[in-house]
Amino acid sequence: MASESAAVLGSNNEEQKMREMKARAGRAIGVDNFMTGVFYVVAGFFLALLIALASYIIIKGFAGAKPYMFAFDSQGIGNQFWNTIYLVFLSLLISVPIGVMAGIYMALYAKKGRVATILRIAIETLSSLPSIVVGLFGYLVFIVMTGNSWNLFAGALAVSILSLPLIATTTEDAINMLPDSYTKGAFGMGATKRQVITTVLLPAATPHIITGVILAAGRGFGEAAALLYTAGMSTDLNWHMVSAATNPFNPFRPGETLALNIWALRTEALRADAAEMANLSSAILMILVLGFSLLAHTIERHMKKKSGV
Amino acid sequence: MSADNAVRAEAVKTTANTGNKTMEAKKEVVKMQAEHLNLHYGSFHALKDINIKIAKNEITALIGPSGCGKSTFLKTLNRMNDLEEGVTIDGKVTLDSDDIYHGSLSAIQLRQRVGMVFQQPNPFPKSIYDNIAYGPRIRGVRGKDKLDQIVEESLREVGIWDEMKDRLHKSALGLSGGQQQRVCIARTIAVRPEVILMDEPTSALDPISTMKIEDLALKLKEKYTIAIVTHNMQQASRISDNTAFFLLGELIEFGKTQDIFLNPKNKKTEEYITGRFG
Amino acid sequence: MKAKENSWNFFVRLCGGIVIALPIVIGIFLIIRGNMTFTKYHHSIIEFLFSSNWAPADDMTGGGHVGSAVYIVGSLITCGLALLISVPFSMAAAIFMTEIAPKGGNKVLRPAVELFVGIPSVVYGWMGMTILVPFIKKIFNINQGYGVLSASLVLAIMIFPSITTVAADAIRSVPDSARKGAYGMGATRWQVIYQVVVPAAKTGIMSGVVLGLARAFGEALAVAMVIGKTRSFPKGILSPTTNLTSAIASDMGGVMEGGEYNAALWSMALLLFLISLLFIFIIHRMAGSAERKEKKLEKMAEQAAKAEAAANGGN
Repeated sequence: MASESAAVLGSNNEEQKMREMKARAGRAIGVDNFMTGVFYVVAGFFLALLIALASYIIIKGFAGAKPYMFAFDSQGIGNQFWNTIYLVFLSLLISVPIGVMAGIYMALYAKKGRVATILRIAIETLSSLPSIVVGLFGYLVFIVMTGNSWNLFAGALAVSILSLPLIATTTEDAINMLPDSYTKGAFGMGATKRQVITTVLLPAATPHIITGVILAAGRGFGEAAALLYTAGMSTDLNWHMVSAATNPFNPFRPGETLALNIWALRTEALRADAAEMANLSSAILMILVLGFSLLAHTIERHMKKKSGV
Repeated sequence: MSADNAVRAEAVKTTANTGNKTMEAKKEVVKMQAEHLNLHYGSFHALKDINIKIAKNEITALIGPSGCGKSTFLKTLNRMNDLEEGVTIDGKVTLDSDDIYHGSLSAIQLRQRVGMVFQQPNPFPKSIYDNIAYGPRIRGVRGKDKLDQIVEESLREVGIWDEMKDRLHKSALGLSGGQQQRVCIARTIAVRPEVILMDEPTSALDPISTMKIEDLALKLKEKYTIAIVTHNMQQASRISDNTAFFLLGELIEFGKTQDIFLNPKNKKTEEYITGRFG
Repeated sequence: MKAKENSWNFFVRLCGGIVIALPIVIGIFLIIRGNMTFTKYHHSIIEFLFSSNWAPADDMTGGGHVGSAVYIVGSLITCGLALLISVPFSMAAAIFMTEIAPKGGNKVLRPAVELFVGIPSVVYGWMGMTILVPFIKKIFNINQGYGVLSASLVLAIMIFPSITTVAADAIRSVPDSARKGAYGMGATRWQVIYQVVVPAAKTGIMSGVVLGLARAFGEALAVAMVIGKTRSFPKGILSPTTNLTSAIASDMGGVMEGGEYNAALWSMALLLFLISLLFIFIIHRMAGSAERKEKKLEKMAEQAAKAEAAANGGN
């Protein structure tokens, strides 16, 4: 015991000091243990909240569902499901090429100087834009100024504005993470800058870029505010006639998505089963979003393992 | 072989200077002791059956090539390796005959009595004053007068009070490397520890700052017990009373510094201190 | 070969140019449309910001009132309250996954927090409507649960992951030497965290908080679903009110294009845009001043070393 040995050494004073010090350290350790407990509780709380929320949404959605709700007609949400997938697909067709090229530009062309600064500010501005503001912009430019009515393509354009910064920055990061030796090796063999990028850097960066694209898709599924005044809140699909204006592949028709459907159903006046429909839409959206998120994580982990070897 | 001779000559000189005092002043008291100490990093056996006595109010130098376990051993003395994962320790380490791993002493209490100075000067991103007052504050010292006094005393003790007194409330990160390291030492002694562990405290410093830290260590041993890890043979011979030579996790030789440097018993020790490997 | 290079370079630059042009174009359109309230319909900015008399005319002749103070106050109060609720939890979660249990934190809590980010805002809103609002109604025993508290709680849950991830990154980037120094002096983990690590990560943590605030300000549908949409200043945290984004989300579709009402809603959108720019500016200012401070200290350290060397050389 420390206090004993202090006592052996002599003065009472020393012993008292030692005891005091011990008590103080004891208190500090007590506070430390308490705070550690607090942190575990908070972390546990959020983990439990996420699990509870996700499973509640999914279980409640399917528990209240009737078979007709899955139909691809005006009674079910099949059409909204199709619109969600199709809209995100279209938006990626636009945002992926532009975003990847912009990412290449940021990583390899405008690394420093004024252009780089402006680009960075532009990307940050884009990624912090409220989606309702993007929706209004889309409404003005793609609907009002072109004289169209609500259409899926306008919605896809609005969503691609929102996913552009994410794809551009992931591409930039993916390229910057590659070792210098890749570039040097390729240049050393007489490749042009374009060849270095297309044959060495882009292929090596692709898995990482795909993770970014999947995350962007996940966000796109849930987007609603940007679609309110672009894609519109109605849908009427004709699955039997390809030539019809309402055929599912025609992007220039109104296209309500699952997320918009939930917003539209918030007032129960619309139909008697509104709550059940919204629950089911929420459940399907959750599955889509969580599935894509998990997919992105799996790819990322797989990549880490591979590069770790 | 001239380097060899120079080291030896220096060792003779220093022991001649300090030898008398240690001889007559006090009998050797053991402050810390390791007995049959083994340490594993996962399956790697990093320290093998170490037996060593750290004498009170003396400087013990731990030398050896990189990766020999000298820093690892130093960290076992105030349980800094508790912070690393996969470390298992068996054997016994004592402070004033209290077992520091299995006794009633917590790691927190232990570190308050056994302080540490690191290789890279690591002042907190706070003012000089707050850096030095940090330790006393976490021990519950309140009151400006008391803290002012501790800060001044500690800075005086490390010999930079005059340089620092007008800029106490400026960030410690704005100091030179040598000044930062002395602030870190002041920070450590501000809580009046019993033992100070120094992990290559001068390896990031220029020669003049190094000299100042060495002088400081010699001064501090009057009050504290010091264990210092060093790569620098001259440094070990200049300032230490005892030297321990580590190799591949084993303690090859341990004894009075003059003996180790003048008459090493082990061939490996001789080869290392004369610069044949390491 | 050469032509291929040139067209490639052109295309890369074009895409970079699109990214730069997009926010500028959006800004210009917002300014043009948002300004109509003040130019075409002759309202003053003071009226728009500080009056609570909201009765814009839904036609091209104008003459109504565009005082948006209620909406602005609603946005400010819900976001402020959301921040107050969210920040302590976010800090705790960030500290947990960096300092307390980095292994489990990185494997479990971090992906979980990132999953939170992905949950669509309408789903949050819908859950708020169907779980939170009835719950608040019940425990406070009031007529209805829509209002400031519901909106703030929904927002708090929504911004929690953003703040947490940024704060965790900031804490993670604090060098280990600072932690070791404090541990070496016998500090407990909690002392190391709140006396050394958190102060050192201050700037990054603040950026996370501002980012969360920006997200809360721009959130539209989730808030609109639970805030109660009542155009009056809230009397307490349980009373319903409204905010900027709800107004745009629910009214824009029904008003006449180019009319006074429409113009007033565009002014609100412009205000939201300017606020999000302001937040970016604040984050940059904070990061910039932290960087400048660091540079200055580095320079001072260099000078101190030089001065020392000169003094020693003189001896």
